[in-house]
Amino acid sequence: MAQANLSPEATKTPPIEGHPHLPDWKWYDYFTFNIDHKVIGIQYLVLAFIFYLIAGLMAVAMRTELATPDSDFMDPSLYNALLTNHGTIMIFLWIVPAAIGGFGNYLVPLMIGARDMAFPKLNALAFWLNPPAGALLLGSFLFGGAQAGWTSYPPLSVITANTAQSMWILAVVLVGTSSIMGSVNFLVTIWKMRVPSMKWDQLPLFCWAMVATSFLALFSTPVLAAGLILLLFDINFGTGFFQPDAGGNVVVYQHLFWFYSHPAVYLMILPIFGIMSEVIPVHARKPIFGYKAIAYSSLTISIVGLFVWVHHMFTSGTPPWMRIFFTISTLIVAVPTGIKIFSWVATLWGGKIRFTSAMLFAVGLLSMFVFGGLSGVTLGTAPFDIHVHDTYYVVGHFHYVLFGGSVFGIYAGIYHWFPKMTGRMLNETLGRLHFVLTFIGTNLTFAPMHELGMQGMPRRVAMYDPQFVGLNQLATIGAFTLGISVLPMLINVIWSWSRGPKAGGNPWNALTLEWTTPSPPPVENWTILPAVTHGPYEYGVGIQPPQPDQPALDEA
Amino acid sequence: MKQIPASLLTLVIGVVVTLISLWVGQNHGWLPEQASEQAVLVDDFFNVMVVIATALFLVVQGAILFALFQFRQRQGDTTDGEPIEGNLPLEAFWTAIPAVIVIGLGTYSVYVFQEMGGFNPGLQEANSQGTMVAQVMDEQVSDVGAPLVDHGAADKQVAGNYGFGASPMKEGNTPDLTVEVKGLQYAWIFTYPDSGIVDGELHVPANQDVLLNISSQDVIHSFWVPQFRLKQDAIPGEETELRFVATKPGTYSVVCAELCGAYHGGMRTQVIVHTPEDFEQWRESRVAQAPHQDETVAANPAEMTATDYLAPVSQALNIHTHSLAHLTSEQ
Ligand code: HEM
Ligand SMILES: [Cu+2]
Ligand SMILES: [Cu+2]
Repeated sequence: MAQANLSPEATKTPPIEGHPHLPDWKWYDYFTFNIDHKVIGIQYLVLAFIFYLIAGLMAVAMRTELATPDSDFMDPSLYNALLTNHGTIMIFLWIVPAAIGGFGNYLVPLMIGARDMAFPKLNALAFWLNPPAGALLLGSFLFGGAQAGWTSYPPLSVITANTAQSMWILAVVLVGTSSIMGSVNFLVTIWKMRVPSMKWDQLPLFCWAMVATSFLALFSTPVLAAGLILLLFDINFGTGFFQPDAGGNVVVYQHLFWFYSHPAVYLMILPIFGIMSEVIPVHARKPIFGYKAIAYSSLTISIVGLFVWVHHMFTSGTPPWMRIFFTISTLIVAVPTGIKIFSWVATLWGGKIRFTSAMLFAVGLLSMFVFGGLSGVTLGTAPFDIHVHDTYYVVGHFHYVLFGGSVFGIYAGIYHWFPKMTGRMLNETLGRLHFVLTFIGTNLTFAPMHELGMQGMPRRVAMYDPQFVGLNQLATIGAFTLGISVLPMLINVIWSWSRGPKAGGNPWNALTLEWTTPSPPPVENWTILPAVTHGPYEYGVGIQPPQPDQPALDEA
Repeated sequence: MKQIPASLLTLVIGVVVTLISLWVGQNHGWLPEQASEQAVLVDDFFNVMVVIATALFLVVQGAILFALFQFRQRQGDTTDGEPIEGNLPLEAFWTAIPAVIVIGLGTYSVYVFQEMGGFNPGLQEANSQGTMVAQVMDEQVSDVGAPLVDHGAADKQVAGNYGFGASPMKEGNTPDLTVEVKGLQYAWIFTYPDSGIVDGELHVPANQDVLLNISSQDVIHSFWVPQFRLKQDAIPGEETELRFVATKPGTYSVVCAELCGAYHGGMRTQVIVHTPEDFEQWRESRVAQAPHQDETVAANPAEMTATDYLAPVSQALNIHTHSLAHLTSEQ
């Protein structure tokens, strides 16, 4: 498995001798610099999930503090450290690595009929930047913890907890670097390594989403890195880029930060949209509705998404023309997003819907995303945003989108592809329990926050006005429910991975290429590369789904 | 079901959804009371969005639930659904609907923002010559030294063009009252340049045009009065402004909305909206009370530390206990 040769011939490697061998990876192989894209994908997923649990515990601790108006459970500066690391870890070490690194690496080569990513070593290197980033963030607690929120606006970030703040910057720069490496890899892989028989309009929508995501990451991430490195200089070497008394400007940092960080929300959501477009048609047994519209709307989102960042800065002293321009551009993003939602609903319409756990999470996502999207439109309009900016309304909104939109999607993906990744089925009863608890918990935690914000509760506070205590307690109960909801999933994954019933190559009778290999797929994925004879979603026209566990594998 | 024509059913559903949405838009009660001219504008706009959002929410969630129920896999049925891959008119339709809604909301929001003064911060200086200044001076500054006002006016010349200025109706008018607002960890200091009053709470007269010149001594803070629906960051190194007309006498919270340190949550104070007569009374009592008023105002607050700054007014300041404890322990 050398670095891929990028000529089309590379995909016509001669069949590997003998039978396809199942990967006999031992557990410790997952702790090494392994360059198999499937190992890397699983490494990403597992590491990200561990960080999810850690950041989730931080959230539960924060919500415990917020059960009462006073800061009586923890010191307010510890609260701020938890807040900062919760947000940072959730974004940079859970959603992004799980959705892009995990599913992207695992699925893209399988879906396009390639033996690996274009640059396997770069791929492994990109993964291995993540553990030190996590260690830096967690280690920062020994130095008081970064205090300034995941946005780290100066001057606050320059004057509090300097060592911890520097560690935070290094951590984010590391994951940013990882994301740039990953993006280059995805673009080259999808461009150059599709099986020759696969045309662009037969590319699975998940891969389209990865193209859009990678473009966006390539354009925006360097800007964040630049901003953060200037900030690092301000903190440690006495420069004054963002220090007004040294001739700097605090608002410039906000522009640099949001130029990346607004697109970052699309980085999180676009791959999830891709997962949705794969899961729904399979379990609804219908072709995806509006393939082209979905593919192009991903690209539209990634382009328009680069021009909306100032909607985070309507109160930051931005010039009036910017407020107009960015109100309009923000609202425009609602159109391609709406197209996707409608297309998924239309895919359900007239299907034969199977209520698998994967489908439940996919539909749950649809429902939550409709809510989060509508509150997002209200936030895009400057006059209303002025009122609720930096309040719990925003916290409610972005958790609907990030939890309801991203986490639900990752769960849907796990239930859908776990059989492919491990060769075993997950337990559906535990899966349904997981869904019900998560759905109730998410709504209970985050719905009341909208009202809190509108009524006057600012965000990022360890103490609040006693008038807000009732709704806060509801949210805290919700957070505990969410904490518990992970247990059935954890038990399910651990138990089924070793003992679950065997899955077979194609348990869902799906038509995309990853289901033409045995589960789990052998090293280099296929003995003979599959030929594409039909589109990825042609359900209901009598195509026999591949059943690659049988000896017929080589003809799949 | 078979007997009822689909178009009739659609019509009925449409009417019901519309009625529900209109009702929700008027009766949701999600926002706190309105206490400024701007609040009315924002709320009307929000209510329109609530109507639209409720309708979309009901239609889409309804469609999802209906599909889940109607198109679930029946026992023993292993066939696939009908292979419908797209429908151009339908897709054009649901691209057009959100596009129209979004353009409508965008236009409306620009209009509201204009009315609120979001597009003309700092413009009043250009037109502030003329009789208005003199008028305000005899109205309000009768018992305090006039030079202070000049000082305030001169300051405004250098103020940045950021924040909320006058609404189109008030554009060109000099504000009835100007207050210098300074944010610092973890308190707001309000200085009345025309009378030299310094306070930890904001006092303003109802139904008059008030201009806040907002600055920060240390980190970014954000001045928010939920009942006014107005918020403006206090940015170190830059002056921003917030101009409003409070409409309803009463006491409202002033909240800091931007993370400004450990005790950010404790950075709360009050704005007291007086009737104009009460306001005069309050002001006279404060002017009479302040013993070293002249010295205090003569000093340039920007050159003082927080402790010096707070010292002359510490009794009068009404700072949250957390923050006061924190301030004193820090210095
Ligand atoms: C157990 C579920 C969760 C709970 C109870 C929870 C709770 C909270 C709370 C209380 C805050 C502080 C809000 C504020 O004051 O601004 C917060 C902030 C945040 N959360 Fe979560 N959260 C959860 C899951 C997630 C997930 C899955 C993400 C995914 C990306 C996420 C991303 C964030 C971000 C970005 C912030 C902002 C941090 C900052 O302001 O610096 N959270 N969360
Ligand atoms: Cu503050
Ligand atoms: Cu604050």
